[in-house]
Amino acid sequence: MRRIGIDVGGTNTDAVLLEGDRVVHAVKTPTTPDVTTGIVSALERLTASMPAGTGAVDAVMIGTTHFTNAVVQRRDLTPVAAVRIGLPASASLPPFEDWPEDLARLVRGEVFMVEGGHEYDGRPIVPLDTAAIRQAGRRIRERGLTAAAVASVFSPLNPTCEEEAARILLAECPGLSVTCSHDLGRIGLLERENATLLNACLVDLAGRTTRGFMEALIRSEIRAPLYITQNDGTVLPAEQARQFPVYSFASGPTNSMRGAAFLSKRDDAIVVDVGGTTTDIGALRHGFPREANNVVEIGGVRTLFRMPDLLSLGLGGGSLVAPEPLAVGPLSVGYRLTERARVFGGPDLTVTDIGVAARLLELGARERVADLPASLVERTLARISGMIEEGVDRMKTEAAPVPLIAVGGGCFVIPERLAGVSEVVHVPHQAVANAVGAAIAQVSGEVDQIFQGLPREEAIARARELAEERAVRAGADPASLQVVEVEDLPLAYLPGNSLRTRVRVVGDIASDSSAGR
Amino acid sequence: MAPLRPVSLDEIESIAIGAWILGTGGGGSPYLALLNLRRLYREGTVVSLMDPADLADEDRVAVVSNMGAPLVGQERLTDPRTIAQAVRMMEEVIGQRFRAIMSLEIGGGNSLQPFMAAALLDLPVVDADCMGRAFPEAQMTSFAIHDLQMYPLTLVDVRDNAVVVARAASWKWMERLSRTACVAVGSIASTCKAPRTGKEVRECAILYSTSKALRIGHAVRAARRAHEDPILAVLALEGGLRLFAGKIQDVDRRATEGFLRGTATIDGLDDFRGHTMRLAFQNEFAVAWLDEAPRATTPDLICVIDTVSGDAIGTETLRYGQRVTVIALPAPPILLTPKGIEHVGPRAFGYDLDFVSVFA
Repeated sequence: MRRIGIDVGGTNTDAVLLEGDRVVHAVKTPTTPDVTTGIVSALERLTASMPAGTGAVDAVMIGTTHFTNAVVQRRDLTPVAAVRIGLPASASLPPFEDWPEDLARLVRGEVFMVEGGHEYDGRPIVPLDTAAIRQAGRRIRERGLTAAAVASVFSPLNPTCEEEAARILLAECPGLSVTCSHDLGRIGLLERENATLLNACLVDLAGRTTRGFMEALIRSEIRAPLYITQNDGTVLPAEQARQFPVYSFASGPTNSMRGAAFLSKRDDAIVVDVGGTTTDIGALRHGFPREANNVVEIGGVRTLFRMPDLLSLGLGGGSLVAPEPLAVGPLSVGYRLTERARVFGGPDLTVTDIGVAARLLELGARERVADLPASLVERTLARISGMIEEGVDRMKTEAAPVPLIAVGGGCFVIPERLAGVSEVVHVPHQAVANAVGAAIAQVSGEVDQIFQGLPREEAIARARELAEERAVRAGADPASLQVVEVEDLPLAYLPGNSLRTRVRVVGDIASDSSAGR
Repeated sequence: MAPLRPVSLDEIESIAIGAWILGTGGGGSPYLALLNLRRLYREGTVVSLMDPADLADEDRVAVVSNMGAPLVGQERLTDPRTIAQAVRMMEEVIGQRFRAIMSLEIGGGNSLQPFMAAALLDLPVVDADCMGRAFPEAQMTSFAIHDLQMYPLTLVDVRDNAVVVARAASWKWMERLSRTACVAVGSIASTCKAPRTGKEVRECAILYSTSKALRIGHAVRAARRAHEDPILAVLALEGGLRLFAGKIQDVDRRATEGFLRGTATIDGLDDFRGHTMRLAFQNEFAVAWLDEAPRATTPDLICVIDTVSGDAIGTETLRYGQRVTVIALPAPPILLTPKGIEHVGPRAFGYDLDFVSVFA
C-alpha cells in the first residue's frame, strides 16, 4: 500500500510518501498562488525519490485549508442567491442575520423568502409557493447569479420543499449550482442555512481547486484516485468532495493532529502546530482531535459543524516581529517568507529570523541577522514561550501536566520546557505532520435513516451495522472500525416510535485491499 | 416613584447570558430573541425596565411567554410580531390596556419575550417573573402557588391562528387546553397568560429576577474578559454549588406531548473521575443522580454549563463529548414552601423522591 498525502496550506505545500505505515519521503515547498504549480513541484520532488520500477501509487489524499482561508480572508467567494422557505414562520430573522457585514456584502447576491416548509410533525406550515420559487429562479437568471442556497424549515425531517425548489430553480437557470440545507445537516435553521450559504459561495472555488489538484496529478503522471480529506479525518473521492467544500473546512488542523498522533504513537496529548501564520493548539483524545463543544464560528459565521476544538494564535514562522514596543504577529508574510524574511535578503523581521539568530534552525543566511541584539532575540523567544504556555493552559482540561507534541514548520519556536507540560515530544517529519495526517486519513461509512418500531438501543445498533458494512465496502479494515458519531432524533409524528438515527464509523484503509479504488 | 430605566443593548446581551443559565436547560436559547432585539435596537428601539414597586394596585400587567418545544424554536424562529399580537389580543379580550409587560419565566429565551413585545407596543418591562427560572408547565408558577386566577389566556401563531382559553377549571386544565392548542399549531406559539394587577405582581411574583439575570450575565462576561473562571464567578455571586464536572457520554431524547423528555449521562473528569452523573429532563433538568443516588432535584436550579466558556447548555443542545460542569443555584423561597414543592417538587415531574435541597 503506497499513499501520497499532500497538505496545501496558506504558506507551504507539504507532501509525504507512505509505504504501509512508514514515511518514506517528505518534502516541503512554498504554496503558489495558483496552488497547482506548488503541488506539481512537491510531487516532482517526491516521485524523484522513488526508486525506478517501484509499484504505482495506490491513492493520493489532499488536505487543504484553501476554503476556510477563502472565507476568513474574504476572497474568491461567489455571490449567492439565498432561498429561505418557511414564511410566514421565521420572517423576522432573514438569511445572513448575524453575519459580519463585510462577508455578507460579498456573499449576499439576493435574498428570497418564500412560503412553505414543514412542522416538526411533518405537516406543511403552508403549501410551498412554487410560483415564488419560479420567480426567484427568473430573477437569479437575470442577475446572472451562479450559486444558490436553499434552506427550508425542518428540512432535515422532510426535504421535499428543498428538493422541489431545487428542481424549479434548475429548470429556470440551467447550470445553477444549488446547495440544499438538508444535505448539510442538522436541526437549527439559521446555523444550517449559514453552512449552506458558505458552501454555495465556495462551490465554484472548490470546482476550480479540485480541477487544479487533478491537473497536478496528471502533470505529475500519477494515475491514482484522488481523495480530499474532511473535517473528521476521513476522505471523500474528489468528485464528491467538490460539492461540499464546507466539509473540508477544518481538515487542515485535523490532519495535523492525526499526523501528530500517528508519528508520536501517542493518543492523548496536547498538539501544538506552528505554521507560517498561525499556531493551532488542540487536544488529542484517543488519537482523535477533541471536538468543539458548541457552535463553531467560521470567519465570524455561526455553524453547527463538528470541528476540532482549536485555539488559534496569530503566531507562526512568518509572523512579523516589531522590536519596540515588542510585538509578535498577528501579521505574517505568509507564503512570501522566502522573499520577505531577513535571512532571505528581504526587508521584514520575522519569527523565522529570530529562530535563525538564536540558532534554533538553519535557514537562509545567518549573517543577515547577525546584527540583531541578543536581548531582542531573548525577549522575543520569551514572549512566544508565554503565548504558547497560555494557549496550552487554556486547552487543557485537567490540572496535571500533559505531554505536548510539537509539529509544523515553525515548531522550532516551542521551548523544551513549558509550564503545565510534562514533556515536549518531537517526532520525525514533524514539519509535515499535516501531510502525514492526510496520507493516513481513514474511510468512513455513514447511515442516516429512519427506524421504526425499534427501541433506541436496537435502532442505533442496526444503524451501526449498516454503517460498518458501508465502510468495509469502501475499503476499510473491519478490525479498525470505530464509531465516531451517534445521533438520534425522535420523530414524534410518525407511528410506532420512529427515530432518525445517524451513525458514522471510520476505519483505516485495509492494506491488502484495492477497494476504495 | 422611580423613573423607568432604559435598558441598553449591552445589558440585554448580559440578560441573555444570565437567563440562559437560569433556564436550567429549558426555556430555549435566548440567542434568537437576542438577534431580534439587536435588529429592533438597530432600528432605534429602547425598552425600559420598571421597578415592580412602582406598579399601582389596579395597573394591568401582561404576562407573556413563547410556549412549545425548544427544538421547534430552532427551526420556527421567534418573531416579535406574534408575541405583540398575543398581548394586543388579550387587551381586546379584557377590554383594558396594559400598563406594562412581564415575563412568565426568566429562564431562557422567555426572559426576552417581554422586551420583544414591549419594543413593538411601547410599554415598559416589569423587573419580575413568576418562576425565577424555567419550568415546563402552566401550574408551575408563583401565581399558581398563590392560587390566583389562571384565565383567560391568548395564544397566537404566525399564520394568524388565535385561540382564547376563556375559562379553565384548574391550572392543570389551563395547561392541558393551552398545550393542546400549542401542539395543534406546530408546538410553538406566542401566549399572553392571565393578566395580573399591579398588586398581584407586587405580592405574588418573583421580584427583581430580570436584574438577577443581568447580574449573572455581567459576572460571566467580566470573568471572561479577565480570563477567570466564569462558573466560579456565578457560584460566588449567587451562592451556588458545583455538583459535577465531566463529559457527556450519552443523551437520550424523546419529543412527547409537546415536551422534550430524556436523560443525559455524564462521565466524571478531574476530581469527579470514576463517578457518573445522570440527569433527567422535561424541557428543563429535573433530577440529578450521582452514582445512582439523588444529588439534586427541582426546584433547586440544576444548570449544565460549558466547562470552558461558561455558557449554559440547553437540553436540546446537549451532545456527546461536551465537557460540562453541573451546578446548583438556590430556588426562590416561594418554590420551597410545602405548597411550592407540591407544584414544582420532584413528584410534580413524576419522580417518587422527597425534595431535599442541596442548600439545606
